[in-house]
Amino acid sequence: MLSFIIRRAAASIPVLLLVSLITFGLLWLVPGDPAAILLDASATPEALERVRRELGLDQPFLVRMGQWYWRILHGDLGNSLLLNRSVASAIVERLPVTLSLTALAFVFAALVGIAAGVTAAVRHGRAADQSVMMLALLGLSIPEFWLGLVLIWGLAVGAGLFPAGGYVPFSENPVEWARHVALPAFTLACVQMGFIARMTRSSMLEVLGQDFIRTARAKGLPESTLVMQHGLANAMVPVVTVMGIMVGGLLGNAVVTEQVFAIPGVGRLIIGAVLSRDFPVIQGGLLYLALIYLVVNLIVDVLYAVIDPRVRLG
Amino acid sequence: MSATALPASPARSRADFVRRLLANRSFVIGAALFSIVALVAVFADWLAPFDPLRGNFRTRMLAPNAVNWLGTDHFGRDILSRVMFGARISLAIGLVVTLITGVLGTLIGAVAGYMRSLDGPIMRLMDAFMAFPPIILAIAISAALGGSAINVAIALAIAATPHTARVVRASVLVVREMEYVDAARSLGVSHARILLRHVMPNAMAPLIVRLTYVFAVAILNEAVLSYIGVGPPPPAPTFGSIVANGRDFIIDAPWITIAPGLAIIVTVLGLNLLGDGLRDALDPRMGVGPR
Repeated sequence: MLSFIIRRAAASIPVLLLVSLITFGLLWLVPGDPAAILLDASATPEALERVRRELGLDQPFLVRMGQWYWRILHGDLGNSLLLNRSVASAIVERLPVTLSLTALAFVFAALVGIAAGVTAAVRHGRAADQSVMMLALLGLSIPEFWLGLVLIWGLAVGAGLFPAGGYVPFSENPVEWARHVALPAFTLACVQMGFIARMTRSSMLEVLGQDFIRTARAKGLPESTLVMQHGLANAMVPVVTVMGIMVGGLLGNAVVTEQVFAIPGVGRLIIGAVLSRDFPVIQGGLLYLALIYLVVNLIVDVLYAVIDPRVRLG
Repeated sequence: MSATALPASPARSRADFVRRLLANRSFVIGAALFSIVALVAVFADWLAPFDPLRGNFRTRMLAPNAVNWLGTDHFGRDILSRVMFGARISLAIGLVVTLITGVLGTLIGAVAGYMRSLDGPIMRLMDAFMAFPPIILAIAISAALGGSAINVAIALAIAATPHTARVVRASVLVVREMEYVDAARSLGVSHARILLRHVMPNAMAPLIVRLTYVFAVAILNEAVLSYIGVGPPPPAPTFGSIVANGRDFIIDAPWITIAPGLAIIVTVLGLNLLGDGLRDALDPRMGVGPR
């Protein structure tokens, strides 16, 4: 097992190096002089020079790349050009907000999605199946930011059930935290719910069609034991894999959802940086999100190997 | 039993395929929904009752009424006309994203799947791209390139390509092991010709399905980029920019926000249904859909 974990972790090192190279390359995409775009036409030559030095644009490409790797290996993501502080501290400060929102949405999506998928599979071809599948497809077709706005309009402003935005840390007041993150987490979960429901259904249908299920039914097992213990346990393997990928989608959409609900997380930090062209913050944010995604998928792969021994031996 | 085992002629199997498609409810409904949106986008000049860019102080923020069916925005512009012209830009971006993704994904996936020595490095690079949440990658690239319709399309295509390349690679890996590919190789057919004539045509099905979903996600993500403010510059309407315009008036004039959102849902739902129908008709056991 340990050797599997080590092999799997070692395999992600080249990916990590490439991830940071892509992040570094982002600045290279900017047409013209990034410093001039960041400041504006009225900037003094001294200010331009300072920003160029800050971004490392006064150095040759390879030197810059070397410095970039050296810095991020030391956990230094540079300084924000506008916030007047280090990028790493700005991100770390907001990370709990984004992670708690994402985690809640993940739980929502997994519970509702799996339950809906199992229901659809058990009632295959009937009305319950068709309505679940229609709802799941609708969930996949709704733009999240729009759903967020409509929920704010209907449930927060209209019915007054929830606050229209903002954030209260869990440690300060758990009840208020829940009230503030309920709508954003639901918004965020909607798409993934549909995705998990579809995945669970098709995986369940495949498992329920197999011989051992027929045998179990023939020996007189109650239908509920059959579905939950024999069916779902086997159907979860591909669903768990997809959940790792889902984290990427959740983190990405959290950025947008935070913007809609005015939640001060990493997403708002990144969007703010995007709009003001604060490149070190954009790069740092990208790097953090990718790192979280890679770590989560490493964990998923290890879990996968625990569930299914063929994976770690193969 | 023995009759079904005989190989069908290509013309026969194509006719079967079309019959299966037309019998598929998802495909038919999806195709109908998407065609309506596409026709509106193409004929917006004739269909739209007003100029989508012309404001009018006397008609500011009107609720839906007999003249302005979907109401007007804070500049007095007709929402129905803006949504119709918005469909044009949003669909055009979606189409360009799909084309770029299709070409890049096919090239990268085919090379990785067919040439063993390049497989590792190429797929590690794709893995690295896939480590970023696609929407964030697109936002960052669009911000770096500067917002214009074509830059938005490039950014969304870069975000969608790695997954598409992976899909193509997976099917190329299967097809390259087929006996007829071995046969072609033993006859001395060149690699390029084997890849183009024998491997790719038989590996297309998953790609086509994938591309309908790429189109759907491109419509959604273009809306996100426009909403955030890194989309095509105003005043040209896109689905996302109309929603963004309505954001500040969601309490007094919710129709500005609601109408373009519904247009996005109809478009994306149509494409997703279309994709599901194609998938079922091509191969019932292929994946579970978008994203």
